[in-house]
Amino acid sequence: MKKILGRPESMQDVSTIYCPGCGHGIVHRLVCEVIDELGIREKTIAVAPVGCAVLAYQYWKFDTTEAAHGRPPAVATGIKRILPDRIVFTYQGDGDLAAIGTAETVHAANRGENITTIFVNNAVYGMTGGQMAPTTLIGQKTLTTPSGRDPKLAGYPIKISEALAQLDGTTYIERVAVNSPKNILKAKKAIKKAFQVQLENRGFSLVEVLSMCPTAWWVSPEEALKWVEERMLPEFPLGVIKDKVTSNK
Amino acid sequence: MAKRLMMGNEAIGEGAIQAGCRFYAGYPITPQNELTAYMAKRMPEVNGVFIQSESELAAISMLYGASLVGARTMTSSSSPGISLMQEGISYMAGAELPCVIANIQRGGPGLGNISGAQGDYFQATRGGGHGDYRTLVLAPHSVQEMFHLTREAFDLADRYRSPVIILGDGVLGQMMEPMEIQPPKASLAKGGDPESRIQDPAKKDWILDGCQGREPRSIKSLILGENSLEKHNERLAEKYKEMEKEIRYEAVEIEDAQAILVAFGTSARICKEAMHRARKEGLKVGLIRPITLFPFPKEIILENAPRIKGYLTVEMNLGQMVEDVRLAVSGRCPVHFYGRPAGGFPEVEIIIEKIKEILG
Amino acid sequence: MREEIVIAGFGGQGIMFAGTLLAQGAMEEDLQVTFFPSYGAEMRGGTANCNLIISDEEIGSPVVINSSAALMLNQPSLDKFEKRMKGKGLLIINSSLVDREVERKDLEIIKIPATEMAERLGNVKVANMIALGAYLKKSRIISLESVIKSLPKVLGERKRDLLEVNQKALREGGGLIK
Repeated sequence: MKKILGRPESMQDVSTIYCPGCGHGIVHRLVCEVIDELGIREKTIAVAPVGCAVLAYQYWKFDTTEAAHGRPPAVATGIKRILPDRIVFTYQGDGDLAAIGTAETVHAANRGENITTIFVNNAVYGMTGGQMAPTTLIGQKTLTTPSGRDPKLAGYPIKISEALAQLDGTTYIERVAVNSPKNILKAKKAIKKAFQVQLENRGFSLVEVLSMCPTAWWVSPEEALKWVEERMLPEFPLGVIKDKVTSNK
Repeated sequence: MAKRLMMGNEAIGEGAIQAGCRFYAGYPITPQNELTAYMAKRMPEVNGVFIQSESELAAISMLYGASLVGARTMTSSSSPGISLMQEGISYMAGAELPCVIANIQRGGPGLGNISGAQGDYFQATRGGGHGDYRTLVLAPHSVQEMFHLTREAFDLADRYRSPVIILGDGVLGQMMEPMEIQPPKASLAKGGDPESRIQDPAKKDWILDGCQGREPRSIKSLILGENSLEKHNERLAEKYKEMEKEIRYEAVEIEDAQAILVAFGTSARICKEAMHRARKEGLKVGLIRPITLFPFPKEIILENAPRIKGYLTVEMNLGQMVEDVRLAVSGRCPVHFYGRPAGGFPEVEIIIEKIKEILG
Repeated sequence: MREEIVIAGFGGQGIMFAGTLLAQGAMEEDLQVTFFPSYGAEMRGGTANCNLIISDEEIGSPVVINSSAALMLNQPSLDKFEKRMKGKGLLIINSSLVDREVERKDLEIIKIPATEMAERLGNVKVANMIALGAYLKKSRIISLESVIKSLPKVLGERKRDLLEVNQKALREGGGLIK
């Protein structure tokens, strides 16, 4: 019998602690598949965040480290500048990347560091129990916005990918989602392209992945897929936001 | 050996380069800016990396990254910036990553002023950030020492896989005096390619460099599992105990002394002058100058306590190291204190007055 | 022997250069020496000063509180440092840029039109060297020749072309003292 599907080599043979319906498992797997396909497992160094993905090092079968909250781009900068021929990526959530680590994100991007960032946006702080994230939607109820996010008090969902696209240092930025098989395939393509940008020494690449957090959205896993479609997509439209590689061709 | 007139900040930079430091990240702050500028100029000359970071938070995290792949790394700042770095220092202590951090102290709290001061003694010697950890702390008192203690700091950082703090101040950082530049140490010249950014990678069998031909590694400070973190902390504590091998101090004319001054850094310079003048007046006074502030040279202080009339601790703060002196003395003789905070300088005349009071 | 010197003036008058040069000269004569500059915000607003201590014994703090010698290249500097001098101290004044009398009666005062003399030498920026030359000749702390010998090192390759005018200015300053 021909085996058509298996565990990627870059993935550890363990089960994750993620909640039912969480998108992290899917994104982890996509990253691993891409690393396998590019044959770069033995030269990859990953920087895990603080947040639900803090345990990513348990699930990945390549060298990993874990940064302080918000600092993965700075840590990745240190690694990549010393070892420019290794593949270095950060895996960060919305709070990590677009709140506490905004400065590190913006400046690593602006320096055009030749690293890749996988940015998982689920519009909420999951690990700490469901507080407002910088990407929380207007009206969205969280532990710290009990009557829904009021922009007069708490600002607006931040479109950090669009903001980063304005910087001359960024090369490739795309927003994808993992709420349907079709979107997952597109997400994988984007992640692969982001790593290729790094392999070709073209500079900073980032893929924003809209992902599900049924637990902190107070919905079922099934409803969470719809929640992405109906509530997140209007605010965070999918597609390529910046692509210097293609536009230069 | 030929002497050279050099500024303290630059002497630290050259000491680091000679020790094989090939990664520096830092953010401007007075009074240490000459060090950052020196590294910006020198790093490209030795195939090293220089980054002006967006903040001190980022600088120390950049060191975290460069250090975990094996490079000898350094950052420098002054008091307010060092406060920001405490996050990363705690993470590096937890993940057991070596690095060297120079704190050219200024007056605080808050923005304070840019004068040389010694208000960060507690922060430096008690860990500084969150958690149950310590870092080695070296306190130079001359430009020459800023050079050679920095050079040694990298060996110590690697030996103990720990951050090492160079605790200077604005006076030491800004002053120039003659110093000798020794040639690079033989071990460094031989081991590894001097052009390489990683010194002796083979000796660091814990670094990340991609998992080719081996199981993947992970470097982190998150320690889960029942009792694992407790065990980790206990092991770190053993390491801090082992650091006592590195205790260093300078003892000047203590043999017949009836009163002994205790001071580090710039205060120690002032005390040396006071001591020499007091000796000329026939006063039996000596000086103990701790060079490692952690671990603290408590033995020598305890040893002399029973036979002298008292210690006088002199600091450019309102009394920090004096607590360590009191702990060391354990009540066996009086411990007096004279300090000037936030940019004030202890005065030689007042030190001599106080020595006279102790001697009675 | 111990001398505590303050050199002060406007930014651009070569205050730090004069101080560094003097320190280099003292080092060449195997004396103990420290140089300590004003820095940071203290330097903004146009004035600069530096402290030197030259001694045959180990030097404590490099910060000068009360100086035994002062080279004051403008009036704001004199206003600030006159009262901080030790009695019988040596005060060198650039009279081109100071138009008041010294209030203290317990100082040794030498007035030199350093800026005008420098202009005559073709470079207004060597007023510092004229004052330094006079100071060295008067104080005899170190020899004028040691300082002249140190010039190339402190000037560096980039400012080689300024060697001659600086040398000349040091000698002219020295020549004022009989």
